[in-house]
Amino acid sequence: MSIANTAPKPYYHAHHYDSDEHEYNTSKLGTWTFLITEILMFGGLFVGYILFHSKYPEMFHAGSKFLDWKMGALNTVVLIFSSLTMALSIYYAQKNQRGKMLVNLYITLACGAIFMIVKYLEYSHKIHMGTLPEKFFHYTGPEATEFSNLAMYFGFYFTMTGLHGSHVLAGMGLITWLIIRAHRGEFDSKYYTPLECVGLFWHLVDLIWIYLFPLLYLVG
Amino acid sequence: MGSNGHHIIPFDVYIKIFAALIVLTVITVAAAQVDFGAMNVVIAMAIASVKAGLVLAFFMHLKYDDKLYAVMFGTGIFFLVVLYLFCFLDIHSRIPVSNPL
Repeated sequence: MSIANTAPKPYYHAHHYDSDEHEYNTSKLGTWTFLITEILMFGGLFVGYILFHSKYPEMFHAGSKFLDWKMGALNTVVLIFSSLTMALSIYYAQKNQRGKMLVNLYITLACGAIFMIVKYLEYSHKIHMGTLPEKFFHYTGPEATEFSNLAMYFGFYFTMTGLHGSHVLAGMGLITWLIIRAHRGEFDSKYYTPLECVGLFWHLVDLIWIYLFPLLYLVG
Repeated sequence: MGSNGHHIIPFDVYIKIFAALIVLTVITVAAAQVDFGAMNVVIAMAIASVKAGLVLAFFMHLKYDDKLYAVMFGTGIFFLVVLYLFCFLDIHSRIPVSNPL
């Protein structure tokens, strides 16, 4: 699996592009277009959250008390760090330092796994408590009697973090694909388009969590 | 400049941005311990937007890239704001109904 013995695989742009640069810019344009559809998909959920939060502020506040902000803060730091290592893997590709590029990709993948483990711990706790969306809600504590629509908060919580978590899993799959290709010696300073595009996706996942963390865990 | 003319952001800039993001996360948590009433959401969203701006400008290279990408991103955010404003007007201008479902 060592990359030291692998001769660099020369990359020539696909035949329907004029140049390497043309292919690189087209790939990035496509990625940014995709990211905007992602923003609008999550955006609908954010708009719903903010509007219902303004209608039932006390209920949302009670709901947020079920969340452990320390878990959310830990996951925030993990994701920000993974964004740094993702950016650094591109930096090292640009500098032709392929060993450090690979190390940073592995760290990014590991951070994604840590995020999902913390998420699993949080989810299993809530499933155990019965604080679930709508008809699955069977929590019977005092908050449930005070706020008859408390299940709505957990509807938002599970939909937003679930959609976000599935993006983390998708990102981990994409980073695994990058690691396989990097081991084959396919990326260097002349060709790192897949790193750049997966990187943009991974940063967007981080960006969405930057908003989810204070909204769900802190402000409530 | 890289071998293909792409701008390379210096290593220490990445580290400084990371440090700033961690500091802002601490500020977010600290600000949430104080009750500012209705301003809680506004303050949290303002800090989150500063963090998002740093990620976009440096980690996602928008500051150094062709401005086309920044304009595209801005267009997405603009229509998200339009969505929010129309939903806001709808929800908060309704009159109570006698038979709520």
